[in-house]
Amino acid sequence: MRMMFKRILASVVGASLAAVATSVQAADLEFYFPVGVNAPAVATIEKLTNAWAQKNPQHTVKAIYAGNYEETTLKALTAAQAGKPPQVAVLLAIDLFTLIEEDVIQPISDIAKSSSDKEWISSFYDGFMVDTRFEGKTYSIPFQRSTPIFYYNVEAFREAGLDPKSPPKTWDEMVEMGKKLTVKDSNGNVTRWGTRIPSLGLAGAWLFGGLVVSKGDVLSTETGTEARFDTPAALESLKFLKRLAAEGAMAPGGITWGDTPKAFLEGQTASIWTSTGNLAFINSNANFEWDVSFLPGGDGPGAPTGGGNFYIFKGISEEEQEAALDFVRFMTSPESAAIWSIATGYVAPRADAWETPEMKSYSANLPQALVALDQLPYAYREFATFQRSKVTQFLVDAIEGVVAGDADPKEALKDAQDKANDVLDEYK
Amino acid sequence: MNLRLNWKLCTILLILPCSFLIAFTHYPAVQALLNSFWNNASSRRPSKFIGLKNYEALIQDDKLIQVLLNSTFYAIGTIPIAIILAIVMALLVNSRLPATALMRLSFFMPTMLPMVAVANIWLFFYAPGIGLTSQILSIFGIPPINFLGDTDISLISMMIVAIWKEAGLFMIFYLAALQSVPQHLKDAAKLEGAGSIRIIFDIILPLLKPTTIFVAVNALINAFRMIDHIIVMTRGGPNNSSALLLYYIFDVTFGHRDFAYGATLTVLMVLILGVMATVQFWFLDRKAHYQ
Repeated sequence: MRMMFKRILASVVGASLAAVATSVQAADLEFYFPVGVNAPAVATIEKLTNAWAQKNPQHTVKAIYAGNYEETTLKALTAAQAGKPPQVAVLLAIDLFTLIEEDVIQPISDIAKSSSDKEWISSFYDGFMVDTRFEGKTYSIPFQRSTPIFYYNVEAFREAGLDPKSPPKTWDEMVEMGKKLTVKDSNGNVTRWGTRIPSLGLAGAWLFGGLVVSKGDVLSTETGTEARFDTPAALESLKFLKRLAAEGAMAPGGITWGDTPKAFLEGQTASIWTSTGNLAFINSNANFEWDVSFLPGGDGPGAPTGGGNFYIFKGISEEEQEAALDFVRFMTSPESAAIWSIATGYVAPRADAWETPEMKSYSANLPQALVALDQLPYAYREFATFQRSKVTQFLVDAIEGVVAGDADPKEALKDAQDKANDVLDEYK
Repeated sequence: MNLRLNWKLCTILLILPCSFLIAFTHYPAVQALLNSFWNNASSRRPSKFIGLKNYEALIQDDKLIQVLLNSTFYAIGTIPIAIILAIVMALLVNSRLPATALMRLSFFMPTMLPMVAVANIWLFFYAPGIGLTSQILSIFGIPPINFLGDTDISLISMMIVAIWKEAGLFMIFYLAALQSVPQHLKDAAKLEGAGSIRIIFDIILPLLKPTTIFVAVNALINAFRMIDHIIVMTRGGPNNSSALLLYYIFDVTFGHRDFAYGATLTVLMVLILGVMATVQFWFLDRKAHYQ
């Protein structure tokens, strides 16, 4: 009996040692990703992750579609708090401070120590890298980055007697052209508005940030402890939104982000302000001639940057870290970035991606894809601070109160600023 | 033949449901109460006992006042209308009109759909310009209404969605109750010369009181519990005009990740619901006629 027991024990120990030995290099990666635009994102991500898995048969990767940006962040944070974080996730670039405060991510610059890694990090456009840095470390890597652009219906422009080669560059031009582009039916009801700028929710706050940048100010800084709501630039931006509705160039009331591209395609609006990530969707579904340009600016061009970055989580094993880094490097390589950008319209965040033959022929066929890239020098990071969700809500309430209700712009901004200061003063 | 009650067996069999009740109802409620006396833990410092400070913040929160007003208006709006609509639909379906089977199906269909699906359908209905209601309004020459993007209208839009969803369920309860109204009472009334309106108001409705109490309690619970449509359609906006109490708790706890304040709001909500349940049962129960 004892001999039997010893033999069984020996074989069990032997088997488990063997199992450990074969799995020392293997890692199972869980990868959460969001979809924020109308694009075949899920299929493309799966194609890319499968390609990496084939090149790395010792690892497995599970790409999990987790909803929109806010839902994905919620899922990732909940999983991390429960002790089972995903190894890698694409989350909003502006979630940086929240993720740092909850202590769930590790700086990619700490893992990426070899000289080829360092070269890889420095190959991204600086405009997309500013919001990845905090206290001297690089915490994330750009993946699906964008700026919003101005899409317009060329045929509508011609019908209104406007030159499609000169879309509006300033706010005054936007109001004037918007009025001309608005078409009413015999009852006096509008069948097509001149323009459509989403103003509700987080998306409205994103576009609002671009308006503020075009007036020469910013909504937040790289410290994460400063919110600049009560500024002349913000006030002018709110007044511009009200003016568009008051003068009949845009529908009054709050405007949602989600059905804006659809409204454009159905001819309900002659122009829209939305992410370049909708480019592929509009290109394949528009049955009219269309074009894009920089967003009309207050004192000059201005736009916010947006979108998601790759983050690598804490509390994962060494092998998983290495595998995660390798995965991120693959997904942001010039070829993968080109595939991703072509499928969606997101701006490839590195210069060498634009030099690949696929991107060159794509941008030759669809020159509209270059506009967001050309706008990048005029773009500034999206609003981000500690307690981002709470503080952004103050801004969202102010914008919605003014645009969808009858709040006074100056008071609304001052109220938002006071509340933001109450929250952020703790961090200063 | 009377079987003696085996107390030991009863106790053992009841322990399982009791432990579920404690685990999923009482324990979370008590835990929320305890959590509301501590502040949030963060990576820089552990959570600290702060007594009633969360409740002070609660009293000074003007967004909460807006949310409570919204919830009150929402409850007062949806509960009576849903009940009246359910009674009317039940009377219609129980009558000798043609196509009652089709009516029953179409009245009950919204209840069978998950709330998120309902919310997406209504997102399409409400979309300004391209949605169904805008197209119908434009046929009549009425300008399109911005249902979800106007602070004055967004809450009413949410109420319409909720009523549309739940009236079918209440109709089923009323239908069952209607079919158990004894025929001889209605016949006696007809013999006495009562018209059908009189019969409905003086005989049928009073007999439906127990069902009305049940439906009213359910409607009140739903008015606080169903917030899926708000999450999908307006996210409490614009400017918190359609935010309800449970949506506010969800936003604070999972959006802003302020777990301490979320626990405080939860305690508030449990108190409100407890008081309302007590009032409902005590007040309405005295007036019911049970057979």
